Amino acid sequence: MDWGLILSNLVHDTIVFSTALIFASLGGLYSERSGVVNIALEGMMIIGAFTGAVMTYAFQDSLGAWAPWVGFIAAGIAGSIFALPHAVASVTFKADQTVSGVALNFLAAGLSIYLTKIIFDGAGQTTTLSTVFNKFSIPGLSEIPYIGHAIFEAYPTSYLAFIAVFVTWYVVFKTPFGLRLRSVGEHPRAADTVGINVKRMRYTAVMISGMLAALGGATISLTTTSNFSHNTVSGQGFIAIAALIFGKWHPAGAMGAALFFGVAQAIKSLVQIFGLTNYIPTEFIFMLPYVLTILVMAGLVGRSSAPAALGKPYDTGSR
Amino acid sequence: MNRVIAVFTKESFLVPAVAIILGLLTGAIAMLAGGFNPVDAYMALIKKVFGSAYNFGETIRQITPLIFTGLAVAFAFRTGLFNIGAEGQFIVGMIASTVVGVSFDLPAIIHAPLAILAGAVAGGLWGAIAGYLKAARGVNEVITSIMLNWVALYLANWVMNAFFIPAGKQTSEEVKDSAIITIGWLAEMFDNARLHWGTLIAVLAAIFFYILLWKTKSGFELRSVGLNPHASEYAGMNVNRNIVKAMFFGGMFAGIGGATEILGVFHYQAIMTQHTGYGFDGIAVALIGGNTPFGVILAAILFGVLTFGASGMQFSAGVPFELIRVVIASVIFFVAAHGIVKIFVKPILKKKKEGGN
Repeated sequence: MDWGLILSNLVHDTIVFSTALIFASLGGLYSERSGVVNIALEGMMIIGAFTGAVMTYAFQDSLGAWAPWVGFIAAGIAGSIFALPHAVASVTFKADQTVSGVALNFLAAGLSIYLTKIIFDGAGQTTTLSTVFNKFSIPGLSEIPYIGHAIFEAYPTSYLAFIAVFVTWYVVFKTPFGLRLRSVGEHPRAADTVGINVKRMRYTAVMISGMLAALGGATISLTTTSNFSHNTVSGQGFIAIAALIFGKWHPAGAMGAALFFGVAQAIKSLVQIFGLTNYIPTEFIFMLPYVLTILVMAGLVGRSSAPAALGKPYDTGSR
Repeated sequence: MNRVIAVFTKESFLVPAVAIILGLLTGAIAMLAGGFNPVDAYMALIKKVFGSAYNFGETIRQITPLIFTGLAVAFAFRTGLFNIGAEGQFIVGMIASTVVGVSFDLPAIIHAPLAILAGAVAGGLWGAIAGYLKAARGVNEVITSIMLNWVALYLANWVMNAFFIPAGKQTSEEVKDSAIITIGWLAEMFDNARLHWGTLIAVLAAIFFYILLWKTKSGFELRSVGLNPHASEYAGMNVNRNIVKAMFFGGMFAGIGGATEILGVFHYQAIMTQHTGYGFDGIAVALIGGNTPFGVILAAILFGVLTFGASGMQFSAGVPFELIRVVIASVIFFVAAHGIVKIFVKPILKKKKEGGN
């Protein structure tokens, strides 16, 4: 057995599976840095995966290879609109943010299949897309033995995910917007005193969050599954939240954690290829990402440091 | 969480009632957008539920697990915990009762209660995992219990595939007759609708919920921790132990629900491709029911009617079943954002006052 090749495949698959998690956990980062708990990442990913698939389906005959890009952008827009009720509930109406997020998750699950059935004549899933994103080899770099296949033959969305990590780091830590975002999440009263519009910041953050999470969802339906069904996202939004916490609400940390959870998914497909399913029941392999998430969270005792005002609605009248 | 509870002590019935109406209206808008007639669809839903003795009986069957999962979520809410894991606890309850129901040969008077007890303990322990991780390691119970839902699903499939499902089949062997809790004569009255003792157990569970939380010292502690963990700690209560305890009892309710579903309805366990949904609907049931046992029963009746009737809606009016999920999600949303509901309630309250003068 060529272990170099196996490792190369593992890294390759890890990047494929981490892409959606990176986008979604960055989405969670904007929202939670502003002080709004976003457990609705799952629902936002579902909306993104659905919108991406449907819009690509609508344009694949007329636009060909550009159709997935239309689907991808449409998913981002749909996600930010879908996030709006969460902002209205948790910022304006000071609702319990966890419950509001759970409501959005259910709404996404119901609405997406409801609409799928209407659009696709009662079928519970979209038809398989004829055009999705193709892997893109970076000229030159992809020729490097092992490393080329591992890193430089990825979906365009994967490259975008890593760019998004850098952009998020820059925006959150190097721009005035980022400073305001963090101050609103740490000490909204102080932020308010110096003239920052707390509510507007939080609305913006939640909508960016919806956009990024939806982009993450779209990367699933437009690369690996090529369609949308009820189990396209299957809990990845929650794993993204775990990645965010594991990564201590820092873009690079979240990316690292997302890659870690991506390995769990990659091992899943690797195990099937090597016929290890004869020794390990498939059910245990399916369980792996979820068990790993629990173990990682449990190992984090006392080390995670959430934004100070996370989950607390800001009331101008309170002290 | 306390905000959610607080609403109901103040405006008791009005807020959930308006939230339900707003939820149904949201569903109507979704139907109009999809080109359906909402009036026809809701009529079809009601017709389905009350149209025949069989369907009415089946609606009661649908309501029963919702009472259990509703209680499971509500109980944890009272201790300030969000038990989103009722789904997983329900599933492990199913596994445990199937294992006991299939493997043992006992007199009915022992076998059935033992199988239900197994479900209760399994569900309780499954819930306690999330409780323990919260208490000992500070892990958010929402994330862990969601993960545990998925683990439970695959665990169930593994246990069934490895030990209970004959090769080439999709369902386990049937549980022994002595473990079955279907009520034969009642089922006959309702044209063989699958009615079982679980419904009575659900009502007893609600009474147990009430007595435990409001009439015992232990219940006082549980509620106290939910209202203010710091004050409770200062008063000498063991907050961590109460967290684990609350999740155990919550999981226990869901586990019994899973057990009665196997022993009373299906009599076997099938390979699951997705979650049952009862645990998730239990969240809506608990919230609408104001986290009180009586409220949970009323809300379970409502959601049982909605989810069972939805199949009629699909059949007669062509509206996809998932529409009802949109309605339920909207109801949860409006309960969470009760500020929105209050805008609608205010004029009604004003009128009442004027009427009083």
